[in-house]
Amino acid sequence: MIVREKNPVVLRQGINIDIRSYTMVIALLAIWIVFAVLTKGNFLTPRNLSMLMRQVSITSILAVGMVLVIVAGHIDLSVGSVSGFTGAVLAVLQLWYHWSTIPSILAALFVGLVIGAWQGFWVAYRGVPAFIVTLSSMLVFRGGILLVTKGVTISPLRPEFKIIGQGYIPSFWSIIMALAAVLIYIYMTLNNRKSRLKYGLPVTSWNIEIMKMIGTLSLIAVFIGVMIAYQGIPIPVIIVLFLVVLFTFIANNTTFGRYVYAIGGNREAAVLSGINIKKTNMTIFLIMGLLSALAGIVLTSRLDAATTSAGNLFELDAIASAIIGGTSTLGGEGTIPGAVIGALVMASIDNGMSLLNIDYSIQIIVKGLVLVLAVWIDIATRKRTAY
Amino acid sequence: MSEYILEMRNITKIFPGVKALDNVNFRVKRGEIHALCGENGAGKSTLMKILSGVYPYGTYEGDIVIDGKIMPFRNIKDSERAGISIIYQELALVKNMTVGENIFLGEEPVKNGIIDWMKVYSDTRAVLKELGIDVDPYAKVMNLGIGHQQMVEIAKAISKKAKILILDEPTSALTESEVDQLFNILQDLKKKGVTCIFISHKLNEVFRIADSITVLRDGKTIHTGYVKNLTKDKVISLMVGRELTDRFPRVERCPGEVVLEVRNLTVYDAEMPWKKIVDNVSFSARKGELLGFAGLMGAGRTEMALAIFGAYPGRVTGEIYLSGRKLNIKSPEDAIKNGIAYVSEDRKRYGLIPVLDVQENIVLPNLGRISRWSVINNNEKIKYAQEYVKELRIKTPGLTQKVLNLSGGNQQKVVLAKWLMSDPKVLILDEPTRGIDVGAKYEIYNIMNELVQKGVCVIMISSELPEILGMSDRIMVLHEGKISGEFYYQDADQEKIMYCATGGRYS
Repeated sequence: MIVREKNPVVLRQGINIDIRSYTMVIALLAIWIVFAVLTKGNFLTPRNLSMLMRQVSITSILAVGMVLVIVAGHIDLSVGSVSGFTGAVLAVLQLWYHWSTIPSILAALFVGLVIGAWQGFWVAYRGVPAFIVTLSSMLVFRGGILLVTKGVTISPLRPEFKIIGQGYIPSFWSIIMALAAVLIYIYMTLNNRKSRLKYGLPVTSWNIEIMKMIGTLSLIAVFIGVMIAYQGIPIPVIIVLFLVVLFTFIANNTTFGRYVYAIGGNREAAVLSGINIKKTNMTIFLIMGLLSALAGIVLTSRLDAATTSAGNLFELDAIASAIIGGTSTLGGEGTIPGAVIGALVMASIDNGMSLLNIDYSIQIIVKGLVLVLAVWIDIATRKRTAY
Repeated sequence: MSEYILEMRNITKIFPGVKALDNVNFRVKRGEIHALCGENGAGKSTLMKILSGVYPYGTYEGDIVIDGKIMPFRNIKDSERAGISIIYQELALVKNMTVGENIFLGEEPVKNGIIDWMKVYSDTRAVLKELGIDVDPYAKVMNLGIGHQQMVEIAKAISKKAKILILDEPTSALTESEVDQLFNILQDLKKKGVTCIFISHKLNEVFRIADSITVLRDGKTIHTGYVKNLTKDKVISLMVGRELTDRFPRVERCPGEVVLEVRNLTVYDAEMPWKKIVDNVSFSARKGELLGFAGLMGAGRTEMALAIFGAYPGRVTGEIYLSGRKLNIKSPEDAIKNGIAYVSEDRKRYGLIPVLDVQENIVLPNLGRISRWSVINNNEKIKYAQEYVKELRIKTPGLTQKVLNLSGGNQQKVVLAKWLMSDPKVLILDEPTRGIDVGAKYEIYNIMNELVQKGVCVIMISSELPEILGMSDRIMVLHEGKISGEFYYQDADQEKIMYCATGGRYS
């Protein structure tokens, strides 16, 4: 028997959860409206939105992994350097050693994985704080970039490689993909419903279910509409969408994902629950290494060059996105889609101010202030809910 | 001047759901050493926290009277200014600062805005000399033994002109010669007119050093008198002499074969590896048996349990057999795989992930069972969680409620659910009803009985004697890491157990 307690604390908590998880979506919409007005509509043109999405994709790839890192109670300061380094390795292999596209991409991913293993080893098995390990890697691989590129910009890369960062899915195929996504979504919803019924669990009424479906479908429709009104879905955006779905699933539906949250929520209790903390931490850093390499590949492809400053300060954007997106700096809480929203908030402010020709110096100052503001909102709402 | 330097009059302190102190009167004469005795949870710490200003004036009823004046302490600083200094079991020194820095921490002598280090160290030297403590003022505290660290705390208190010195279990971490040294210093201070309140379980020491004794029991003052008019047996009976009412659902059982056997278990302190916390303990526990572990705080019961569960951070030697098979447990993961579960005494810190919800907490150690290729079957998760919420009558608005919003009793049930789901052969419960109201306690006792009935071997560590006597089939008593007594429940009573727990031995 589940007794419903009429506890005011509990009730307030329930409402706050909703506000909290939508705060940043509301903030994002507000930012868009403000810029749309200030730029007399220029901000909301399909071209600009498409650019914005592509801009945000590299930060988003990193932010997806950063959520796991921060939720588990760590931090990763090396992702910018590692992205730059893997991109440099890839470019060197293509231009100086004449590797073709696929092998050089695989090599870059492998290098990312090895770097992840190196960092994971120190954090998980040697107990060195992640802050220190990744600070070290940040320097080591920044130096590594200079070493492998001999300090020069390496360009241009193979033509087919550029598609990853610069290409679009043509309109026809964009629509086909959207339809496929719609079908998969409907199938999953129905399947989940069937399975819940099988277990005798309550299901939402058909009315609400259909409303939810219509809502999701119209979101997809609007997105696809805007994208094909320009040139189709940018390939980096497809990569991000794929990662968001994949890692949201990993975070919520796999034992590894739940262990990450448990470790960040209460390390001691996680140990006493029999969770292998070392293995989990190692896995987190392997994933982060792999994602850093992926970001490096997309970056190199987009710039069509490996530069010595590639990836500089990316770690700060990734951390800021995760935290603006609701990831708790104390660990234990955070969502992948939230981090992508956080990345969009940062990128929208960037993009909007650029459209308004605001000086770059002011842009950086505003971004810095937004970070503090967002975290303060997070802490203020948390205080009210927790105690 | 009044005869009493300190009077605490009619003190009542209520925590949500619990009356910790009920009209307590506590009077200490000038210049005496006054022992405060009582079982765990009798209210000693609460009383001292009121005296030292941790619970400020207004959060309790009654008055603190010092030298005949009512003192409304708003914080710790207020009580320090009134000459009260408390030395806790957990020493409050900054380990990587020097002795001198620690003694003057927060009160550094300043000349023109700059700390006068010459004065710090010369004053430190003076106070140490006055107390006859042989410690270098420039030594870092972390390089001192526990005994010396404690003396530094005393020196710190004296340098703050403490008139009333409170020592909370000061000897629990000391060797015998260190205890002698401490007592010499206390006698010395007494001659200098410092009043001392001495909180201890160890009656031998109380009778050696104290002039008067006040006994607390269940938040009430039971007795105050001179040591010379009392005997140890009398004090023990005053400490435990509460009546046993029908608070425990007693079930007669005949336990089966031996499930858990522990041989020569020795546990060394994680920070002081030369110190044995559990010393060569051997015992066995049977299928369908409830084995109780009694003892005072610091007797080594929790460390023993953590060692069996593979969670103790320090060195552990000895052998553990499960159903005759020798186990090699290196981590809680190994223990859980072998069917050993441990419910910690500190559920907030070790038992729950407060930011996760009820269902997540319940399934956490059992995720392997409800997942395939490490993908969790969420419906299975909800099904199990619902089952246990229903079975244990966990009161929650829903499965997705964060556990930090539940009451203590319901949190404890969530912890129990999580281990019941893992289907353990041996379940170790460490203080399973601490901080839980009476109604929830009774429910937890029933759950324990059901488990034992199903054939689980339950080991219960408890500091509440009635609980130990009311629930256990067999009782082991630990004293300073060694087994000092073993009883079938029919043969045991509170006095016998307290006698063993305070260092006596039954033959």
